[in-house]
Amino acid sequence: MTEWTILWEARETFINGLIGTLVLFVLSTLCAFVLGCLAVYRLEAGDRFSWVIRTLINLMRTLPFLILAYLLYYGLPQLGVRMDAWTAGFISLIIYHAAYFAEILRGSRLVMPAGLVEAALAHGFTPGRLFWRIILPQLVIKTRPLLGNQLIIALKDTAFLTIITVQELTAAANSAQSTYFIPTQAFVLVIILYWLISICLELALKWAGRFGAKRGFDYV
Amino acid sequence: MNGQAWLLLLEGAWTTLWLCGIAISIGVVLGLGVALVRMAKIPFVDQILVLYISLARATPLVTFVLFLFLSAPMFGINMNRNTAAIVAMTLNTAAFNAEIWRAAFLSFSRDQREAALACGMTGGVFFRRIMLPQMITSSLPGLVNEMSFLIKGSPAIAVIGIVDLTRVTNRISAVTYEPLPPILCAALLYMLIISVLLKLQAMAEKKANRLAM
Repeated sequence: MTEWTILWEARETFINGLIGTLVLFVLSTLCAFVLGCLAVYRLEAGDRFSWVIRTLINLMRTLPFLILAYLLYYGLPQLGVRMDAWTAGFISLIIYHAAYFAEILRGSRLVMPAGLVEAALAHGFTPGRLFWRIILPQLVIKTRPLLGNQLIIALKDTAFLTIITVQELTAAANSAQSTYFIPTQAFVLVIILYWLISICLELALKWAGRFGAKRGFDYV
Repeated sequence: MNGQAWLLLLEGAWTTLWLCGIAISIGVVLGLGVALVRMAKIPFVDQILVLYISLARATPLVTFVLFLFLSAPMFGINMNRNTAAIVAMTLNTAAFNAEIWRAAFLSFSRDQREAALACGMTGGVFFRRIMLPQMITSSLPGLVNEMSFLIKGSPAIAVIGIVDLTRVTNRISAVTYEPLPPILCAALLYMLIISVLLKLQAMAEKKANRLAM
């Protein structure tokens, strides 16, 4: 099979693409998670600013990811804010998924029993320490299946960035297929790579589930 | 943004809507079919379907659309852009829908089946008259949720050159040199479409809850 040997010769393109996707995915989800947690923390206050955050979160949930990337990459230069494709894609990934993470955590915060928080307040926890030490760890452990789902969605959303010319896995497959004319083999390889990454994520999720069960959080 | 630009935007919205509409309507039925076949547990076929669902759920729509559009001619299948987009979106959404239908199957109570058989219904009549109506009610919120996911994912079809609601903003800004207004208007249209679906989902949830399922 000569096409498959061509694939081996073009391995550098694919390895670079894979690294590009992984870097983009890991960095952006980490930042998005932190930003999402900060948003939920700010929502605790319940003032006008948290209303703004709520509106922003709901806004993001009704938008496709690509339109946000378009806004940052094609739209903002009109206002004089210019950035390269990678930065624009990275920032849009962070903003978009932070909104989803915040929404998942907020949903769990709403159904959290009030007694625990009151007990912590009675022990003299400040609002900041109360959130980071008591509330957030529980929210994260309880919502981990949903968070894991969102991670897989975030992985798939990185592929959209190929449209705004970010160098990642799908873009690598596209450039390899146009150079060597091996569309089937190139894309089969890339689909398998995406599949493997999401299988790893699912395994990590299962491992996290065991951790949660050990801490007595599973009552489903 | 003049009238011409708005007309182009609406045309893009229409392209997105009809392509997604076809993909959704085939995908829901196909998902039910896949779930039914999986429930029958036919050896070999079952493993293939598990593999298909796992792969389709892990593959980004962009990659899948490109794969279908570029590699179909290698197998002697001639697809135009719209067909490739519909096939890709259908196969993608059917995998998610199959899991939703299967969850409805698995949570269906056995006593109803026994009661229906005791009343003299055949398996087919039981499925059509008793099981399916309840399954539709209980899985409708999930299905509508998946529809809004598909519409959020549909800009992926722009990658093979279909002028959908996202891509059309490039066309407009190529004429006006002002990219911001068309993108914001496209975002507004997406918000409108997805808000309608979210509203439908809330209604479906209310109905499912009323039937206590």
